[in-house]
Amino acid sequence: MTNTMVKAPAAEVSFIDEVCSIPGGEAIRSCIQCGMCTGSCPTASRWDYTPRQVIAMVRGGLREELLSSNSMWFCASCYTCTVRCPRDIKPTDIMHALEIIAIRDGLSTKRSRTPVMYKCFVDSAKGNGRVYELGMMLKLFLQTNPFAALKMAPVGLSLLLHKRMPLRPSRIKGIGELKAILDKAKALGGAQ
Amino acid sequence: MKYYSYFPGCSAEATASPLGLSVPPVAKELDMDLIELEDWNCCGSSPYGSVDKLEATCMAARNLALAEKRGFDLVTPCSSCYITLNGADIRLKEYPVLRDQVNQALATGNLDYHGGVRVRHLAEVLYSDVTPDVIGTKVTKSLKGLKVAPYYGCQLVRPAVGFDDPESPRSLDELVASLGADVVSWQLKAHCCGGSLVMSEQDLALELINKLLHNAQENGAQCLITPCPLCQINLDAYQSQVNSKFKTNYNLPVLFLTQLIGVALDIKPNALGLQRNIVSPMKVLAPYL
Repeated sequence: MTNTMVKAPAAEVSFIDEVCSIPGGEAIRSCIQCGMCTGSCPTASRWDYTPRQVIAMVRGGLREELLSSNSMWFCASCYTCTVRCPRDIKPTDIMHALEIIAIRDGLSTKRSRTPVMYKCFVDSAKGNGRVYELGMMLKLFLQTNPFAALKMAPVGLSLLLHKRMPLRPSRIKGIGELKAILDKAKALGGAQ
Repeated sequence: MKYYSYFPGCSAEATASPLGLSVPPVAKELDMDLIELEDWNCCGSSPYGSVDKLEATCMAARNLALAEKRGFDLVTPCSSCYITLNGADIRLKEYPVLRDQVNQALATGNLDYHGGVRVRHLAEVLYSDVTPDVIGTKVTKSLKGLKVAPYYGCQLVRPAVGFDDPESPRSLDELVASLGADVVSWQLKAHCCGGSLVMSEQDLALELINKLLHNAQENGAQCLITPCPLCQINLDAYQSQVNSKFKTNYNLPVLFLTQLIGVALDIKPNALGLQRNIVSPMKVLAPYL
């Protein structure tokens, strides 16, 4: 780990308090650094910092270094760490909390396509009230690497041929009502 | 006849259409009345919860509020919808500040939620309410001799919400056994397939899928079953990608749990969407159709 750490200014809320304030993030203080989370993680080999290190970095205030890493974006939400943690910490929820802060502060990494994929998912869900998978995937590839779409084309085509890729989105009747609910949520607190 | 509110989820209308097709006829044969939740919206799945927690909880809560008006348990066949809706329900009970904010937002749509809905996975309902014993009595085409590997994936059994062991689950094994099929025992039955990361980190997901297919095949599986749309798409639609990347030659059909139950109940292949599976299951199922 390098020494390029950037701590939140003293007047602001500390990084650990910030993570604790998000539902699911509270238990992080009781971590004993046993490494069960890292040992259980099916994707840990790809993380800039392993799940155990991620928790240590939150507690050590290494805010920017952690939030701009690729680590939490490799969490596939399998919850193996969560059911095994001897301190009941719920590392999966902590990874989601870190993702929210990273996106909100514009720190999410460009070395993983996952942050863009998640944002495309949200736009799709908000726009129609239901997720339109084809539209979402096309948007993802256009925003990241259009050439990667060529690699995906055979999968998309076989789904299409097997009637599993509708060409039109499905939209809920109460879309106006849903948008009003989400606008109100935004006004009440935005990313939390 | 037992009544439930039914939440199909977005995938069941599209990439998991064989799931969407096979649930209603199977439920009917098993005396379950699944009444689709009117005008349901996206559950607020984990990608949403990784961008904005309050909005994601509001997405889930609109569905919970609609279901609460009707009063039945809310049943979904999708593992991701299941933990998302269930997780939102738990958060709304645990965090009063969040509950107040969500109810203020819901009020703009003339809705409110009081925590009165029980969210359940269809596989759990089949296991706990219908039960493998009763399903066994309704089987008209025993699947004797068919070697089936039950694949639980992650979110049906984790984070622990109680109906099955989070790492050595048994429920799908018992459901498959009730159909007369041979249950394949395999080590990775509740390991991760990569989920939605197949879209953003394909190399990683293909590695995980390869491990799963290899382990199921080496233990003698002729096919796999899973209740989860994401797991099914990853193992079925990406199987050819795995074959070209790892120089393997898997030809393992991956059925939805309800498709396999439907075959044993002698429901027509078309009604179960069997022709929509990418790796065709017709050959291994031929003796039973």
